[in-house]
Amino acid sequence: MEHNIPKPPTAIKEEILSKYPPKVARKRNKSIVIRDPEDEQKIQANVRTIPGIITQRGCAYAGCKGVVLGPTRDIINITHGPIGCGFYSWLTRRNQTKPEGAEGENYMTYCFSTDMQDSNIVFGGEKKLREAIQEAYDLFKPKAISVFSTCPVGLIGDDVHAIAKEMKKKLGINVFAFSCEGYKGVSQSAGHHIANNGLFKHVVGLDDTVREGDFKINMLGEYNIGGDAFELERILELAGFTLISTFSGNSDMGRFANSHTADLNVIMCHRSINYMAEMMETKFGIPWLKVNFTGAKATAKSLRKMAQYFGDKKLINRVEKLIRNEMAAVNKVLSETRPRCEGKLAMLFVGGSRAHHYQELFNELGMKTVCAGYEFGHRDDYEGRDVLPDIKIDADSRNIEELFVEKDEKRYRPRKTSEEILELKKKGLEIGEYNGLMAEMSKQSLVVDDITHYETEKLIEFYKPHIFCAGIKEKYVVQKMGVPLKQLHSYDYGGPYAGFRGAINFYQEIDRMVNTRIWDLITPPWEKNGAEITAEFVSL
Amino acid sequence: MISAEKNFTATTNPCKLCAPLGASLVFKGVRDALCLLHGSQGCATYIRRYLISHFREPVDIASSSFAEAAAVFGGGDNLKKALMNVGSQYHPEIIGVATTCLSETIGDNVPMYISEFKKANAGTDLPEIIHVSTPSYRGTHMDGFYESVKALVKSLARGGDRTDRIALFPGFVSPADMRYLKEIFSDFGLPWVMLPDYSETLDGPLWKEYQRIPKGGTTYDEIVSLGCSQATIEFGHTLKTGGSAGEKYSVPRYTLGMPIGITLSDEFFSVLGQLSGKEMPAKYGEERGRLIDAYADAHKYIFEKKAIVFGEEDLVIAMTSFLLEIGVVPVLCASGSKSGTMKKTISEMGAGYGRSISVREGADFADILDEARILRPDFMVGNSKGYAIARELDIPLVRIGFPVHDRIGGGRLLHLGYRGSQELFDRIVNTIIECTQAKSPVGHSYM
Repeated sequence: MEHNIPKPPTAIKEEILSKYPPKVARKRNKSIVIRDPEDEQKIQANVRTIPGIITQRGCAYAGCKGVVLGPTRDIINITHGPIGCGFYSWLTRRNQTKPEGAEGENYMTYCFSTDMQDSNIVFGGEKKLREAIQEAYDLFKPKAISVFSTCPVGLIGDDVHAIAKEMKKKLGINVFAFSCEGYKGVSQSAGHHIANNGLFKHVVGLDDTVREGDFKINMLGEYNIGGDAFELERILELAGFTLISTFSGNSDMGRFANSHTADLNVIMCHRSINYMAEMMETKFGIPWLKVNFTGAKATAKSLRKMAQYFGDKKLINRVEKLIRNEMAAVNKVLSETRPRCEGKLAMLFVGGSRAHHYQELFNELGMKTVCAGYEFGHRDDYEGRDVLPDIKIDADSRNIEELFVEKDEKRYRPRKTSEEILELKKKGLEIGEYNGLMAEMSKQSLVVDDITHYETEKLIEFYKPHIFCAGIKEKYVVQKMGVPLKQLHSYDYGGPYAGFRGAINFYQEIDRMVNTRIWDLITPPWEKNGAEITAEFVSL
Repeated sequence: MISAEKNFTATTNPCKLCAPLGASLVFKGVRDALCLLHGSQGCATYIRRYLISHFREPVDIASSSFAEAAAVFGGGDNLKKALMNVGSQYHPEIIGVATTCLSETIGDNVPMYISEFKKANAGTDLPEIIHVSTPSYRGTHMDGFYESVKALVKSLARGGDRTDRIALFPGFVSPADMRYLKEIFSDFGLPWVMLPDYSETLDGPLWKEYQRIPKGGTTYDEIVSLGCSQATIEFGHTLKTGGSAGEKYSVPRYTLGMPIGITLSDEFFSVLGQLSGKEMPAKYGEERGRLIDAYADAHKYIFEKKAIVFGEEDLVIAMTSFLLEIGVVPVLCASGSKSGTMKKTISEMGAGYGRSISVREGADFADILDEARILRPDFMVGNSKGYAIARELDIPLVRIGFPVHDRIGGGRLLHLGYRGSQELFDRIVNTIIECTQAKSPVGHSYM
């Protein structure tokens, strides 16, 4: 296959748009941007997918139950609705967890559903929900139960919050509900926001115990796919940080309840969790830093930023020592894999942060990301948070609740004085900032938000990339076209890819994928002009 | 612990999927067709990701992508927009519009929207639009499957002069099963129409050029011709009325069990013999012979072993018949569906072998585990969702049916006929032997 060394994608963009009806073309035009770093470019994002256009996106329920709450092991999650939604979100995100000891609670392998039937739709499902909560309690005596509403629930008017409140009182455990019906918002992003709100309202701050340890942090937006959080826990411990809680990979409710005692929030996936960071800053005075643990150099840079924030000499030295040690192993693998990958092209269409973060890993391998975009990102994830005041609130965003958060009179404690923050910012530490994906992308690369099936097909033909990164829905269609696809939701059941060891795994994996010989076998010999296989004469 | 006596209100670890998934599958088996789910886009996304994880093939399902406003004021505009966009991008011959619990709950009048859409676009080249009602609060994925087959037949099939064609409704079987069925029909010299036929669309080769809708599937004309069939054959003990053209055009109908094992396969092959007026092709006689030979050879390994069978009702019933035949004791047969006929059918089968079998309709995996703890089975037969129980009980799971997402080749599992039974038989026996071998303290290599 001949590969296109990036040339301006102007013509292909026009060709794509010309095939759409005029209204659709006008809309898509704003979501497809040919990158020019000298220009202050805008992109249309977080707008409703056009009906009938096949999208990568999921729904609010998926974002709330599947993404944010799913990875927590000791809360029983009950799906209130007909059976499909619960079944489809049953263990499909590959979040890993380590229960404490053999008897430690872990409900992640279960799927609880009220399995609503005809009669519940007609007469209401509140009674069934109440019974389901009671049953779950009787069976497992969990610390907490949460309820997730699917589409019909909002329509028939079941008051899930009232029932949660009633059962909380009755059972004496924490019970809370989420109105995350699938039709809310424009993608799973709405569900992330709803989940953030619910956790903040019902869990964060319930336990004021001050844990021992120095340099206390929370890791936000890390969901422990393929064991990423395990690798990061290893690194953070070696570096000397104390991890209070992770939202929400390898997490438990007790850690969430205590998370307001940390002194810094570090954010991995900005899209899914920035609400939590902001609310914790306002209420408890915890500043946040955007980090990226995807890529060895990115990990090193993030650790240095965190050490700089705390400004402790011993911590800084310890971080430097760790980086030296880890990079030795990383560079060894990189020196083998990079020569085989250098100059190859990647396309990335995934998530609300991964399409940005994974560019680091490809850079380390000497590969170029020619085209990228998010499934459910907002403009600030592309253009950086400076754009926030300019984002117009549309009807779809307005129906997602914004919590009104105030300083907690007793527990608000500024971790740094405003002078200290200013000083750190002057030194280049970007506290509370995120510059977005577009800053990462070079001139004449292509940024596409909420890419459609049709655009994927056209852009693959145009770029002929060596690798395409997306999810399972895209995997087999892209591979049918002779391009390997790396799943960045489930990691193709591999991983971890975060941190130093994760980077090593990723280099090796990508090396194998872009250099596989399997594609050479596609055309059978009888369709090629090859030499005939000749027989040799032997005496029998 | 969960007690076997208590009847729970909630479902824990469900043994069924939702109706629109079944509809999506059926439309994957129709040539140049695309399924459009009328509801929130999450349904299409979830169902795509689930089907893909089993078949490892592209599965495109469109959605009318409801917003909150559509949920309140009705989804007519969304549906019409979606029909327009699917039409202009994919140029399908057929669009299957399946509803979801969202559009059903608000009571969207889908047939009216479709006729309005047709009227507004009269004179243009519109695809055929087939509507099927599939709220997931009613029945399971199998109801969605059968309803969609019925909707296709009802909307498209026409009467006319009787042909010698056989209409075959195989139910939810694998692409490999479908390919084998077509081979059998060819060998009998019987012309056939199979609905659905996703043997190519859900198990295809790499593409030389991009296919917006993968090749393969029952054609429009074939579905139209169903009303003129010589006879219809449908698989499924639980099908009372079936989805066949028989109702409207008085075509003789054979409702057979899924042909798994000798007894049920014999029935199927006998019907083919009758309809074709031909002798059994030698090839199948030989397959049958080898299968019985294998039964005799391996009897000692599996006789009196206890098994739990779970999954879709018709698959469970046919598997039970097969297991009884080979000397395995099916101690529990369970399904998430409840057609109301599974219990009776299996009890009668069991009685024929002097066995009383526990049958659970409308079961979830919590129920199955409960009973399994008491029944202490040697192995389980069913889809990948049984893995958690198999692991807990430390017994093997022989994977059949759907979903099989923790092994490769879900679409290539062969279940039907003598050849499929042979494959199942070898897999079951070897699983038992492997288990015995692994647990043997002395490490026998000659079993």
